[in-house]
Amino acid sequence: MSRQSVAKAHEKIQELAWEPLYHTPVSQYGTDYTFQKAKKKDPLKQVLRSYFPMQEEKDHRVYGASDGAIRGNMFRQVQERWLEWQKLFLSIIPLPEISAARAMPLLFNTVPNPELHNGQAIQMIDEVRHSTIQQNLKRLYMNNYIDPAGFNNSLRNFQNDYCGTIGRQFAEGFITGDAITAASIYLTIVAETAFTNTLFVAMPAEAAANGDYLLPTVFHSVQSDESRHISNGYATLLMALSDEGNHQLLERDLRYAWWNNHRVVDAAIGTFIEYGTKDRRKDRESYSEMWRRWIYDDYYRSYLVPLEKYGLVIPHDLIEESWNQIWNKGYVHEVAQFFATGWLANYWRIDPMTDKDFEWFEYKYPGWYDKYGAWWENYARLSVANGHNPIALEDVDYVYPARCWTCMVPCLIREDMVMAEVNGQMRTYCHEACRWTDTVAFRPTYQGRETPNMGQLIGKREWETLYHGWNWADVVSDMGYVRDDGKTLVAQPHLDLDPKKMWTLDHLRRCPPLLSPNVLLNEMTPDQQKAYHADYVRQGPAGRPAPASA
Amino acid sequence: MTATVEPRSAQRSAPQPMFTDAEAGAKEFPDSAARNFNYFTPQKRKQSHYEDVTVEVQPDPRHYLSQGWLYGFSDGRGGYPLDWTVLKAWGVDRPEPERFPGSGGKGYDWPAHGWHEFRDPNEEWELTLYRYNANVVRQINQNVDSARETKAFEQWNRNWVTFVERNIGAWMHVEHGLGLYVFANAQRRAPTNMHNNAISVNSMHRIRFAQDLALYNLTLSEEIADFDGAAHIETWNSDPAWQGVRRVAEQLTVIDDWAEAVFAVNVVFEPLVGELFRSHLVQHASPGNGDYVTPTLVGAGEHDYAERDLRYTKAMFSLLTNDKEFADHNTAILDQWLSTWTTRCITAARELQPLWSQPDAKPPRFEDGLDRAKNRFSAILAELNLQTPKELTQ
Repeated sequence: MSRQSVAKAHEKIQELAWEPLYHTPVSQYGTDYTFQKAKKKDPLKQVLRSYFPMQEEKDHRVYGASDGAIRGNMFRQVQERWLEWQKLFLSIIPLPEISAARAMPLLFNTVPNPELHNGQAIQMIDEVRHSTIQQNLKRLYMNNYIDPAGFNNSLRNFQNDYCGTIGRQFAEGFITGDAITAASIYLTIVAETAFTNTLFVAMPAEAAANGDYLLPTVFHSVQSDESRHISNGYATLLMALSDEGNHQLLERDLRYAWWNNHRVVDAAIGTFIEYGTKDRRKDRESYSEMWRRWIYDDYYRSYLVPLEKYGLVIPHDLIEESWNQIWNKGYVHEVAQFFATGWLANYWRIDPMTDKDFEWFEYKYPGWYDKYGAWWENYARLSVANGHNPIALEDVDYVYPARCWTCMVPCLIREDMVMAEVNGQMRTYCHEACRWTDTVAFRPTYQGRETPNMGQLIGKREWETLYHGWNWADVVSDMGYVRDDGKTLVAQPHLDLDPKKMWTLDHLRRCPPLLSPNVLLNEMTPDQQKAYHADYVRQGPAGRPAPASA
Repeated sequence: MTATVEPRSAQRSAPQPMFTDAEAGAKEFPDSAARNFNYFTPQKRKQSHYEDVTVEVQPDPRHYLSQGWLYGFSDGRGGYPLDWTVLKAWGVDRPEPERFPGSGGKGYDWPAHGWHEFRDPNEEWELTLYRYNANVVRQINQNVDSARETKAFEQWNRNWVTFVERNIGAWMHVEHGLGLYVFANAQRRAPTNMHNNAISVNSMHRIRFAQDLALYNLTLSEEIADFDGAAHIETWNSDPAWQGVRRVAEQLTVIDDWAEAVFAVNVVFEPLVGELFRSHLVQHASPGNGDYVTPTLVGAGEHDYAERDLRYTKAMFSLLTNDKEFADHNTAILDQWLSTWTTRCITAARELQPLWSQPDAKPPRFEDGLDRAKNRFSAILAELNLQTPKELTQ
């Protein structure tokens, strides 16, 4: 067997497929797309005979590096600023990975091509690999990094924290709703093909620059599986494109998937790369530069645009708008500032920025200091408890933002905030594209066409609402973000582990209560709501209150 | 010795290593020694590596998932609905915690319900599954290579060649169909990550075994003159002896309830049909017909099932038949499933009987093999506290 060529072996395993003769399978997952049977080829021709030893060899390298890192005392050189953000990232990412595994069966009965099912099954087990290898990395960090808090309660934190929830939609979008929207367009065509470049290639490079070579070891090993998954998506997309009736849905789904991925992934990875690093060499790429290279050039221009000739309507406007958000409107900076504002409800420590950081930001993003410098100086000033409240509750020219009902990142580019009344609730959205996703795309009809299989956005999507009126100490206790002395917070707005300098529940007890912007908005009269909106869109940048009217 | 001095190139830009002393134990502070995942209770005294990388990755609105599922199907149901099986684990009838303005985010104490108590006794995660399957394919490759080099296939008589090309060939379709459309499908549907990971590993065992058989078939086409590498397709499509197996395999792929699918395959179909064919026919008939190679491939599939897939299945269903709240409910349903699937599988098994007379060197009698398969099946049921169904006497 071992002497057979891969092509011949792959051709042989196609004989395994069979059409049912006696019982017709009924798909448990619906789609509004239609597919004709077509013999689309699995371009990677993966056979398990070679797949398992290949993955085992990749494992040898990963686990060898892990041993080496521990024996070589890697953690004596790891930047705490960086590792702290990994508490968030590694709490999120195992769920999207395992959800990608769970998504594969959504395609079995909706995409009538057994050759692709073979590739999807391999993707399924790849994703089990990714999820557990990432959990293992987190376990290693917990055991060997100076501060295990935040790693040690990771999966509880992730499930009840407002940042974790933002990341969770990245996972749930793969496994529910219209099978093709979820498992093909959102997962493989956009999330994997576009955004794993920044997730699994750009971010590990930054980890290495911060003394952590295990994250690159694990994530490059993960990324080496992604090319197979991208091929799965591409083959399905071509099948979908061959039926003109699908073009309208493809246009819808690409718009939703692109914008949601941009909102969620750029928020998180942009923050890690820009604000989690100590590497301030001016010739290292900023997140914007990485984005331009990996996503705009490599994905948009090289992968997506050539599909236009097959009838795919590409959301050029949203792609340009994403760049506009990142480059001109400071999307990543606004998100990082918000995460730092809300440090007290997190489960990691956020290091203040220093003059060296300021210099780098100003060099990469001219005008940065005028917008964000004063706020970060206040953050540093207020980082050690000294009779004051956490920065979110002090007067630092920052208006706590409303939350976007769709992407659940707050409405941080204030001028773009829009509102809509849906199901009797006044909702806020960070951008018109997010309003469209909720009120137009995720509906049972789309542009007059019945879309009975389209999913729904559900859940309690504003975290603050659950804790409306609560004392902050009770909020943090309820979520379980307290260290083993029963009072010191897991989260801290600095990296000093001297217990005397760490914030405790006692510090939070004296703070004013948490108020949900959405609850307050819905208590207003229509005129008040209109005025609220008019004021909101005049706020910013950097969360500044609207200037006083002339 | 003359040294050539190269002009010093421009200094490369590289991050500077820094001593940060950020290793465990460098300081003492609250939580500095708290180096265990603290959000679940381990099955044994200490948390296992397997538990650490598996438990709680799939959230549950009944304990920690405070904002609920965020994306739903068109009917508004999201995540992993517990009623995707009719079986129940203790605690599931309690309503999901209600969330409203000011409700807070607390759910029930972990685990909230009995589904979370399941642990795969094989402790499968990525490291174990690749190590295991890589070893299997390596061993199979070596066995087949060595057989080819020693001209082992020349010892086969014509009838045995026909037997292998048709019947071993037909079995690959069973493995492939069940691996892909029963197990890969079911791993979307169970309520915890521990269930779904175990099921997905089961899926890969079957798909790998199917491919092992297909590639073996290819080797035989290359090594044995007149070996018909396509005979398995015709056999699977129209040989009357195989249509019972095919019928039941297709029925298994259309089961909606994920637990019924796993139960029907691993508790009923496998002992009554799978092991009957593999152990009591192929493994017994091969040596007498000069074939020592086929048993090594089929033995790998036997080992997948008997030592690993059945093992997790028993752990999964034992919890349910011993559940502190729903043992009777579950047992009644499992009895119904047993009744349904035993009838179907015994019918399929009996239709295979003509295969026993095909080889020149005959295996033990079909009825003897079936009796042993039935005994094995009854023993599995006994371990699960289930009664042998009356349909077994067919």
